[in-house]
Amino acid sequence: MKYLKFTLSLLLAAAVFYGLNNKFGSIPPIGKFLNPYTGVWQNETDETITGTVPIDGLKDKVTVHYDAQLIPHLFAQNENDLYRAQGYITAKHRLWQMEFQTYAAAGRLSEIIGEAALNYDRQQRRRGMGFGAEQAIAKIKEDPKTNALVEAYAEGVNSYINQIQPKDFPVEYKLLDYQPEPWTIKKTALLLMYMTKDLAGGDSDLEYTNALRMFGKERFDLLYPDFFDVIDPIIPKETDWSYIDVPITETPESELPLDSIPKTLDKPNPDNGSNNWAISGEKSYSGNPILANDPHLGLNLPSIWFVMQLSIPTHNAFGATLPGALGIISGFNSNISWGETNATRDVLDWYKIEFKDETRRQYKYGDDWKAVSFRIEEIKIKGKAAYIDSVCYTHHGPVAYDKNFMGDNKLAGYAMKWSGHIGGNNQKTFLELNKGRNYDDYVNALKHYTAPAQNFVFASTEGDIAIWVQGKLPNKWKGQGKFLMDGSNPKHDWQSFIPQAFNAHTKNPERGFVSSANQHPVDESYPFYVFNDGYETYRNRVINNFFNSKETFNIQDFKDLHNNNYNLKAAELLPYIFETMDTSTLTAEELSIFNEIKTWDFNNDIDELGPSIYSIWWSKLYDLFWDEYDVDNVALDKPFTYQTIHLLKTKGDDKFMDIVETPETETAKDLFLISFKKAAKSLMDWKAENGDYNWNAYKSTYVGHLLQALPAFSRFNLPIGGGGNIVNATKKNHGPSWRMIVEMSSPPTALGIYPGGQSGNPGSKYYDNFIDDWAAGNYHNLNFLQSDIKTDAVIDTQTLISN
Amino acid sequence: MKTKILNFVATIVLAIVFSFFLPWWSVMLAAFIAAVLFSLKRAAVFFTPFLAVLIFWAAYSFLLANDNDFVLAKKIAVLLPLGGSPSLLILVTGIVGGLAAGIAGVFGKQCLVLVKK
Repeated sequence: MKYLKFTLSLLLAAAVFYGLNNKFGSIPPIGKFLNPYTGVWQNETDETITGTVPIDGLKDKVTVHYDAQLIPHLFAQNENDLYRAQGYITAKHRLWQMEFQTYAAAGRLSEIIGEAALNYDRQQRRRGMGFGAEQAIAKIKEDPKTNALVEAYAEGVNSYINQIQPKDFPVEYKLLDYQPEPWTIKKTALLLMYMTKDLAGGDSDLEYTNALRMFGKERFDLLYPDFFDVIDPIIPKETDWSYIDVPITETPESELPLDSIPKTLDKPNPDNGSNNWAISGEKSYSGNPILANDPHLGLNLPSIWFVMQLSIPTHNAFGATLPGALGIISGFNSNISWGETNATRDVLDWYKIEFKDETRRQYKYGDDWKAVSFRIEEIKIKGKAAYIDSVCYTHHGPVAYDKNFMGDNKLAGYAMKWSGHIGGNNQKTFLELNKGRNYDDYVNALKHYTAPAQNFVFASTEGDIAIWVQGKLPNKWKGQGKFLMDGSNPKHDWQSFIPQAFNAHTKNPERGFVSSANQHPVDESYPFYVFNDGYETYRNRVINNFFNSKETFNIQDFKDLHNNNYNLKAAELLPYIFETMDTSTLTAEELSIFNEIKTWDFNNDIDELGPSIYSIWWSKLYDLFWDEYDVDNVALDKPFTYQTIHLLKTKGDDKFMDIVETPETETAKDLFLISFKKAAKSLMDWKAENGDYNWNAYKSTYVGHLLQALPAFSRFNLPIGGGGNIVNATKKNHGPSWRMIVEMSSPPTALGIYPGGQSGNPGSKYYDNFIDDWAAGNYHNLNFLQSDIKTDAVIDTQTLISN
Repeated sequence: MKTKILNFVATIVLAIVFSFFLPWWSVMLAAFIAAVLFSLKRAAVFFTPFLAVLIFWAAYSFLLANDNDFVLAKKIAVLLPLGGSPSLLILVTGIVGGLAAGIAGVFGKQCLVLVKK
């Protein structure tokens, strides 16, 4: 009996231990997770921001003042100490996020999450994210100065990791039951790849190949023109390009492979974009140039941005940093300010690869065969054996699609050519901008910048404003890279790059302002080929009209423009619909909705009904119009909004208007009515379930935690207007991820805010404390400290000393 | 009664001491040792360490969360899910620790029985 009891109690104790020490599905290991001395209860606190902390490798002390927004102001004596301290302080507030993003970039999420992430990880590997990061490291290593700083940053992060105990790990580690690993310069390179993929990792080449094959060239050109009838490019139309003495690459006589492609890789969010602008002293209320930037990205917690002041005796910079990268990315120093929008250039192309035989060791190139190299990708999976994927690499790049991935042809595949694989010392650009003093320093800093191509806006206390479209951009023949190309034809390779000095730019243009909102960089007069890779056509016109509307502008004007909810897209379409649509068959309910939208003033404000009606109506109309695209097993991208509206208004009887599945022949007018009825039904259903469909409720903006918007750590139903193609580009879970306004007084004065908070800890009051102000369109004054002497703005100070 | 109090106190004291250098399962070790040192009978074998650690974990969690206005506790109580109630989360925390300790106490007792005779 006693043996039985002993055995039973032993088993029971073992079971309880095992049950509470291990993760089951999404349930964390409950004993580890809940115990008060190492579990989540230890995260129920704000980060310590006082005292003296020894850091390995520091040469001098670094003073870290915190203000009421938990923005750290770092005062170091030299650059090496500064970036070491940046690494340390960033890790202290954002460790889990900064590491998680590098796992995501590298295709290693299966290690943390398990098999559910395998397909995502495989895509990342097949895109060559790790390969690209390695190329970038090679470039960074060519420059010992940058390399030393990136190393110092990594050591700073590791100083933090080494100082903490399991009880101090951020909540997410406890939830998912894993621990931080050492930071390396590869992780910084991966973080930059993560941004490169987000901003320059999209393309439609394979979808366009399908469309070309299905519709023919004439129809294709109508649907996807390189330039729209109305454009307002970043670089003013009147720019004289006669100084450019390098010709465009000549178009070869050749055939394109018109394959049928069933499915393509996941794309980054096409709304990833931004606004930036700067006005000259003459256009400014104070005589000082004023600059603004608001990058539109996924709205996440912890935020993609972390705001810091980074100062040494020779320079003093302030602004938004990317946890994992060095320096200020969007910000200012005592002399200059800068900010970025995505340049949306086509820097990703696809080549059809023909293998010699099933061993795939060689592929056809010219009249010869070239050797394939294999990259073995080992994807570790939590709780399972690792998954091994071997990816063929050609001189173009990785063969992402082949018999092992999204394809079935044993002798062919599609190779990816991408500027993200070229390698570049992009980090150096930001390090140099941080200490830049004038226009020349800014231009020199940009020269190192490869990808993702960005529109770098600039303003200085000397009174200059400028914008450069910067990236390493291929000099393509007209039409090159629009469609799948022939990987065996050497003439289909990228032949050369546009010399950096000939990248489109403008300095102190006559109109007194520069701006960009992801629109066309230039008009047709620019001598190099610019392909329409999804240029935005609305925000830029609202912005430029605004700056053309009066003589001078003040800070309030800038705030108003950031928060501008004018829906130009609706304003260009709805009046035409109201004029042409037959309303005689509308029911009483439909008519009441129709009258609601007729009285709308085209502003996407939170209490309006119009934006909700428009939003669902447009989506129904767009889908009906392009019903020809609903084909199984053929990857297609529908035409752009601007061209869709243009066709509705000018070619209302085109055969694309016809709805394929009905016997009648529909025209644009019919589509308006049918889609309206569908929209009205959807709105009434919505109303029955959720109540009033004002824009606030209907859009219901949220900022979601990086782990698939875990409700406990996310913020929902934020009262903010705006929407897609609107200057206030706030959609449901995407929008202005950082808003900054800098006046170039001496020293500059600045405002900034982002939808998040400085702390990455959901247990901190600083986790999401900016969100309400952000939604309301408010800003915080950025306390630009001029020395390490404590001011009234400082709430606490921590001193980092050498160990 | 005296042994119960001794067992109760020993469990708490050991659990607190071990918590400085051992992970969560230190409460199991504490209850095991207490069960060997102060042997109890019947239901008390389980419930004494159960109650001791329940009180220790619940009180300690409460103190930590109370200092921070229960900011995180409210969120974890959504995550688990416990209807967003921090009190419930504190109770669950106590029960989890108590359960581990109680079972360890039973095991300790059975070891003692095995060795003694």
